[in-house]
Amino acid sequence: MIAEAGLAALWFAAVLALLQLFLVGMGLAGGKGEVLGAVRPVAILQGVLTAGAFVALISLFLRSDMSVLLVATNSHSAKPWLYKFAGTWGNHEGSMLLWVTVMGVAGAAVALFERALKRDAHMATLGAQAAISLGFYAFLLFSSNPFARISPAPADGQGLNPLLQDPGLAFHPPTLYLGYVGLSVAFSFAVGSLLTRQVDAAFARAMRPWVLAAWIMLTLGITAGSYWAYYELGWGGWWFWDPVENASLMPWLAATALLHSVTVLATRDALRAWTVMLAVVAFSMSMVGTFLVRSGILTSVHAFAVDPERGSFILALLALYIGGALALFGWRIGTVREGAPFELVSRETFLVVNNLLLSVILGLVLIGTLYPLMTEAFGHKVSVGAPYFDRIAGPIALILLIVMAAGPLTRWRRDQARAVAGRMLIPAGVALAAVVLVGALAWGRIGLLPYCGLVVALAVGVGSLAPLWKRNLRRTPLFTYGMVIAHLGCAVSLAGMACDSAFTIEKLVAARPGDTIETAGWTLRFQRILPLAGDNWTALQADVIAERNGRAVVIHPQSRFFASPPTTTTEAALLTRWNGQLYVVLGQEADAGRWQMRIWWKPFVTLIWLGGIMIALGGLLALIGRERRGWLMKWRARRAMA
Amino acid sequence: MRRLLIWLPLALFLGFFALFASGLFKPDDRVITSKLIGQALPAFTLPAAASDRPALASTQLADGKPRLLNIFASWCIPCAAEAPQLMALKLAGVEIDAIAIRDARLDVDAFLARNGNPYSRIGLDARSGVQIALGSSGVPETFVIDGKGRIAYQHIGDIRADDVPMLLQRLKDAQ
Repeated sequence: MIAEAGLAALWFAAVLALLQLFLVGMGLAGGKGEVLGAVRPVAILQGVLTAGAFVALISLFLRSDMSVLLVATNSHSAKPWLYKFAGTWGNHEGSMLLWVTVMGVAGAAVALFERALKRDAHMATLGAQAAISLGFYAFLLFSSNPFARISPAPADGQGLNPLLQDPGLAFHPPTLYLGYVGLSVAFSFAVGSLLTRQVDAAFARAMRPWVLAAWIMLTLGITAGSYWAYYELGWGGWWFWDPVENASLMPWLAATALLHSVTVLATRDALRAWTVMLAVVAFSMSMVGTFLVRSGILTSVHAFAVDPERGSFILALLALYIGGALALFGWRIGTVREGAPFELVSRETFLVVNNLLLSVILGLVLIGTLYPLMTEAFGHKVSVGAPYFDRIAGPIALILLIVMAAGPLTRWRRDQARAVAGRMLIPAGVALAAVVLVGALAWGRIGLLPYCGLVVALAVGVGSLAPLWKRNLRRTPLFTYGMVIAHLGCAVSLAGMACDSAFTIEKLVAARPGDTIETAGWTLRFQRILPLAGDNWTALQADVIAERNGRAVVIHPQSRFFASPPTTTTEAALLTRWNGQLYVVLGQEADAGRWQMRIWWKPFVTLIWLGGIMIALGGLLALIGRERRGWLMKWRARRAMA
Repeated sequence: MRRLLIWLPLALFLGFFALFASGLFKPDDRVITSKLIGQALPAFTLPAAASDRPALASTQLADGKPRLLNIFASWCIPCAAEAPQLMALKLAGVEIDAIAIRDARLDVDAFLARNGNPYSRIGLDARSGVQIALGSSGVPETFVIDGKGRIAYQHIGDIRADDVPMLLQRLKDAQ
């Protein structure tokens, strides 16, 4: 009954999306303005219905209703409830339903809360949102129905991929999807503004909070995903340039560029066409990412749905939406007036450079990700690995960070080169000191890229605090703090990455219980191996006493076996200290009584994710700060009128 | 110029679209052939990985005689599984050199004591640098090297008993 109700809600929502598109078309193009009043309630109801369908699927998973095909193939009654819950989106159909739900709810939010846009632009935005949703409803209903029944119902399900049975992963996909699909709102804004020819500062101010919110979610999602891969996959790495990681990075890069160009447009009314373009590109990257994952066109650890039929469906959607938006851009953007001019030495210039560098990195990641596909089209098989990405994106990212620190120290519109240089004196001094200091400490022991990374991290860390220099800290607006914290977060994260690649110590041993292993200042005493049973797994667990500076802690690396589906996972033991992490993985039994163990000491590696959280926090402060200022201004204006 | 720029994104997208479409409908082909077949080995000099075998340098692999270059590691289970096949190849008169990946001398010694030692020389590749340069993505892998130090064939995964005649034929072809 629940499954049928969910499916009905989905169909109803799809019909409402069609109605919404129709109403907007009739109101704006057909000249029947009076029907536009119905658009907002329709959009809100559509959001409620999609949310209802999603709740229905969650409850099916929680009840382990094995008469539903999706539950039977992806869940198991013996799983802990959290993973039954998270199993809802740990599969193709469920994650597409999540996608559609976020899209519906975001559309409802735009209908409810958007007040800054003119009516026509607002309605066109909702029309565009309905048009995108329609395609994904069709995809869900015609080729990925999550509510399909199976008869006869099996006695129990096949289980969820054990790698995904992890608290971190319960919340990583929803966060990421909020980001991906949140960008659809920016896309709809861009399409709406092109249709109504209203590309101006007001449009940018209306779009900015949506972009910021989506970007915050993307940042958190990527950070969480990176940490999950780090501790769950047991390879000791935090980023693998896997196609699906790239699929989340590319929208983030585009959204980061958009975030900055939308600020230029909102404050200075410049970069009009560019901002619209980026809004289109950002969501296009989300869709391309989904396509890459769902079609199985690039093989990847994330490819849980290798299916050419679905792939062609998504490809058709891509052609329709991205191709359509780009064609609309080409057709209409010529009629958008040039924005306000600015001088060479100005904050605008730095933001343009930032945008260009982000775009270059985006392009390189895109090419690297699609390279196997491109060469295969010409009959070769080549795959591009981490060295390509590190070597090519790394240096550009470092330049990007330097520009990032310099931008906020420059005034809008026009500035004096000499004055800018003066403001950058302290960060430049720090950079120089860092060159000498890091060089003296580690020259010859570390690679050039980590060396430059450490120097830039130190200099940019100081430089990103410089905008607060000589300011009244209590009167500094919240969004400035947001910017400072986000930029500092970039430096912190970079410091973590550089330390990890420069100073990590790795040791591989085959040890017997009773053995003592010395590495990186730690003494590890391997006590014993014990069997252990969990809710739906059994494990072999090592007791290892890790000792440093006279203080000892017991850690428990595990090798875990899941019965359904039969899989082994490694549960790394992590010991976090202020200056790094000890990372121990228990491998297989090498021969009688000896166990493989991989031990890493990773200095300051946690800074990578701390930085990610700071970036997201900075975004949140900026969002709150901007919204509060807008609200205060409105309130004052209303009081002045009274 | 401006007109051109405006339509450039759409043109690029259409290119990508064609690429996607061609990739999607192409039949799947999972046989991997290395790009390095027919190429000279990358130059390397590795320290000795075992106590009773000399070190390995790429120059030593171009002495006119075809041979096998086996990539293995003491911590790798399939490497132990393929040891009897390597031994059989050795008994058939094949010269086999090896590179031990991310290993330690004591572990390699123990591994060879346990599984037999068909190798003439063993180099230690502690950070997988040479392995990556060889275009090898895991252990075990086995390369057929011709007399001029060029890669003639790459075998991915462990050598099964029925792979032995094929490898012998490859070695003969590489003469």
